[in-house]
Amino acid sequence: MPEVCCIKLFALAISLLAFVASLHLPVHLHRSAAGFQFEINKQWITTPNIHYHMGIDGISVWLVVLTTFLTPLCVLISWTSIHERVKEFFILLLLLETALIGVFTSLDLFLFYFFWEATLIPMALLIGMYGHGRRVYAAVKYFLFTMIASVFMLAAIIWLYSKTGSFDFVDIQNAIRGGHVENFAAAAQWLFLGFFVAFAVKVPLFPLHTWLPDAHVEAPTAGSVLLAGVLLKMGTYGLLRFNLGLFPEQSHQNAWWIVMLALIGIIYGALVSLVQPNMKKLIAYSSVSHLGFVVLGTFSFTQAGLDGAVFVMLAHGIATGGLFMLAGILYERRHTYEISDFGGLATPMPKYAAYFLFVVLASVGLPLLNGFIGEFLVLSGAFQAKPIYGILGATGIIWSAGYLLWMYQRVFFGVVKHDVNKVLPDLNLREKAALLPAAAMALLMGVAPILWLSSIDPSVQTALAPFAQMAAKVVGQ
Amino acid sequence: MSWTTLAHAFPILLAQAQIFAAPSGAEYMRILPELVLSVFGMIIMVVDPLLDEKRSHKSLGAIGIIGALAALASTYWMAQNPGSAFWNMVRVDGFSIFFHVLVIAIAVVAILSSYEYMAVQRIRAGEYYGLILFGTVGMCLMSSAVELVLIFIALEISSISTYILAGFRRREASSSESSLKYFLLGSFATAFFLYGVAMMFGATGSTNIDAISNALRSGGTPALAYVAMALMFIGLGFKVASAPFHIWTPDVYEGAPAPIVGLMSTGPKAAAFAVLLRVMFEINAPGRFWVIWVSAALSMTLGNVGALVQDNIKRLLAYSSIAHAGYVLVAFAAQPELGTSAVMFYTAAYAAMNVGAFAVVSHFANAGEKYLTLEDYAGLGRRSPMLAATLTFFLMSLIGIPITGGFFGKFYIFSAALKSNLIGLTVIGLVNSAVGAYYYLRVIVSMYMSEPRREVPVMPTPPAMGFAIGLCALATLYLGVLPGRVLDYATQSASQLLHGITVSGSLINYSNNPER
Repeated sequence: MPEVCCIKLFALAISLLAFVASLHLPVHLHRSAAGFQFEINKQWITTPNIHYHMGIDGISVWLVVLTTFLTPLCVLISWTSIHERVKEFFILLLLLETALIGVFTSLDLFLFYFFWEATLIPMALLIGMYGHGRRVYAAVKYFLFTMIASVFMLAAIIWLYSKTGSFDFVDIQNAIRGGHVENFAAAAQWLFLGFFVAFAVKVPLFPLHTWLPDAHVEAPTAGSVLLAGVLLKMGTYGLLRFNLGLFPEQSHQNAWWIVMLALIGIIYGALVSLVQPNMKKLIAYSSVSHLGFVVLGTFSFTQAGLDGAVFVMLAHGIATGGLFMLAGILYERRHTYEISDFGGLATPMPKYAAYFLFVVLASVGLPLLNGFIGEFLVLSGAFQAKPIYGILGATGIIWSAGYLLWMYQRVFFGVVKHDVNKVLPDLNLREKAALLPAAAMALLMGVAPILWLSSIDPSVQTALAPFAQMAAKVVGQ
Repeated sequence: MSWTTLAHAFPILLAQAQIFAAPSGAEYMRILPELVLSVFGMIIMVVDPLLDEKRSHKSLGAIGIIGALAALASTYWMAQNPGSAFWNMVRVDGFSIFFHVLVIAIAVVAILSSYEYMAVQRIRAGEYYGLILFGTVGMCLMSSAVELVLIFIALEISSISTYILAGFRRREASSSESSLKYFLLGSFATAFFLYGVAMMFGATGSTNIDAISNALRSGGTPALAYVAMALMFIGLGFKVASAPFHIWTPDVYEGAPAPIVGLMSTGPKAAAFAVLLRVMFEINAPGRFWVIWVSAALSMTLGNVGALVQDNIKRLLAYSSIAHAGYVLVAFAAQPELGTSAVMFYTAAYAAMNVGAFAVVSHFANAGEKYLTLEDYAGLGRRSPMLAATLTFFLMSLIGIPITGGFFGKFYIFSAALKSNLIGLTVIGLVNSAVGAYYYLRVIVSMYMSEPRREVPVMPTPPAMGFAIGLCALATLYLGVLPGRVLDYATQSASQLLHGITVSGSLINYSNNPER
């Protein structure tokens, strides 16, 4: 059908165009400058005072680029796997991209909430309309978890607006730091928790993670890639930007239990991954584990920890995105994710096996690939905060090597157990075109992390400034 | 009633008698939309017997639309002549203009969505369109009346029309049940309202809102005024379907013709909210806080919980409308200057999304309204993608997702509540709107993600219906993207309304200058 082909080509062209356009941002970013850049600030609604205020700093710029980088790959990977309602699928995919970029760039709390909720619908529809067996259950669960949690964030945002008269992130931040917010001391803990719950569900932090495995297993490949690659990062980005940015003291006070939850998530996610018979579920739980690193790094309040947290966000986006694409390629051929249905795949599909190994190693954290840099930084930050954090966190890396390599062994090595698998076609050109950029990016990020860290570092320093002051105060006493 | 109160009332009656001169032309301009609507309603009644049934569908509908549009246009001249009219019984201010436009716009869309529906259901159009116009007269008058007795009459005009309209699917037992139930319970409730009016007269010696307000402010609050307030709240609470006066809603909405449900879940509700705003805020009703608090919390909770288990979409939307009445009542518990504009905005947003949703429902329901269960909606996303997408949009708005009017409506209400330190009520409301997401989502899930179990025919969308749905979708989108203008207007007219209390001194002052 030429019409369907046009739709796909159009989606690909638009998403590539968005990617190329987004490259403008890191290229022209003043890397050492603090504060937000490329700002647009226009009045949108007068009462209440809502602005279309957009801007990026050294952290959010990479999340934007990650989004625009993964979307064309998603288009490519869905080329033949979506058979009906093709037009709607690509509409939803591009809408999702729009909303995601909006989340990472808005500097007006209202606008942020707006985009935050706007990501919900396309994603829920992608899961519910194009997913597998229990897709409706998964879509509704995903929707309700996120929706209910974000209501608390909305309440906190409205409270802040009612006291400061502004939704502007920078204005509110200044008002709080200057102590101009009435009743702030009494409400701060509740506000912190309001934001925290919304983000923790999205991350997802143990014990709020139960929607994630369902959503991932049932989602179509492109949905999984964006869900793991970018949507989860909305949560960690929110923690970093809003919880740390607006409520440094409360972050500091609550850090102990949040770090505990993160550590439980790292170890629990890894252990559950270890015993999964379903490849996609395994990758989903590994996300719980990896995102635990991000939260651990964020709440260590150290330069290395935060640098690492941001880097893990990006590395996990690439590596796990890659893993989901690979799992999806296999599903297209065999319509199953069960590990036991495979075995010895390296013989019929050598190129596929090679790509898979590369991405697995990136995810495990092999030096010279992107996973290593981030996790190393997070762990060194965690050690600085408290050695026990680092030690417990480090076990997560060992576990991840365990479950991923074991899975790899069961799927690819040995003899071909099932006859159907003997004739599986290897990767075709389109699939290679989708995988190669991800693999190359994993390598580039592992070899030259400085390209990323040089802009992340100054922004992290700005984010950490209030914490340094607090530490100085404690020492001074 | 004691002689002293009568004696107290006497000078006012006398003053009214003094100015019993013929009303000026400007005064007629102030009720121009009502006049236009009445004239067109009567034209329909006269023309109806002259036409055979087949022809009457289209031509009477066309007269109805023309009448409603003419009334909508005539609000412009009404707005040119602000002030009070007819011995200070009617007041044209920003507030009443807002509700006139809203209510007439609802009527336009309701007539548009009935245009083909009537033929499909094989209902003789006849007085149907006339009644819609007459009902609209009542609703319009409710928003501009500042005299409790006139408010009562307006309430009756609008109610009686809707009682009859609810029973228009006369071949269906459920429709007759709907009509009878609505009529019996409705008259019961209006009786409460009338009692309230009588007691308010007893307590303050007047039935004029300004005079009552002045009496209550200057002379303390007699116990009778509390009783009067409570009785009036019962009457109006019934009309807006707030708990615990909501029991009738699901049955009535289920039986009534779907376009009429769209009308009566928004039009009379908006008008009743307008009256409630005048009664609660302009009078500064005594002891209202906890009554409203409890009613709001109950409505939101009972409405949402009730909707969770519904399989019939009309019943589902009926429970949802109870919940939405609860959200609006939250704003009534807030400070008047914050709450009024939030109520006005919400009623507009709710009207746009709910009339739209019912228009889509009435199209899908098909002949005899056979297809109304969630199962019948399975797979509609595939068979009728545009309509399904629009219904999804309306449901998203009812959930309160951004870029829809419903989101800003909720937002303004809850920020008004938070600013008035109503933290408990806000939390109840927010939790409720999260619960509410579930049942709206069930409809969406059914449309897009379930496989149909039986064959449900989908007709192509007829033009008038499509136009009506498009209008509602546009309005919902407009209120969701650029809410500023409507809200600014609402804020301005709200301050006029509340400012009016202190400025518009006594009754006599006003009536001496009817042109003002």
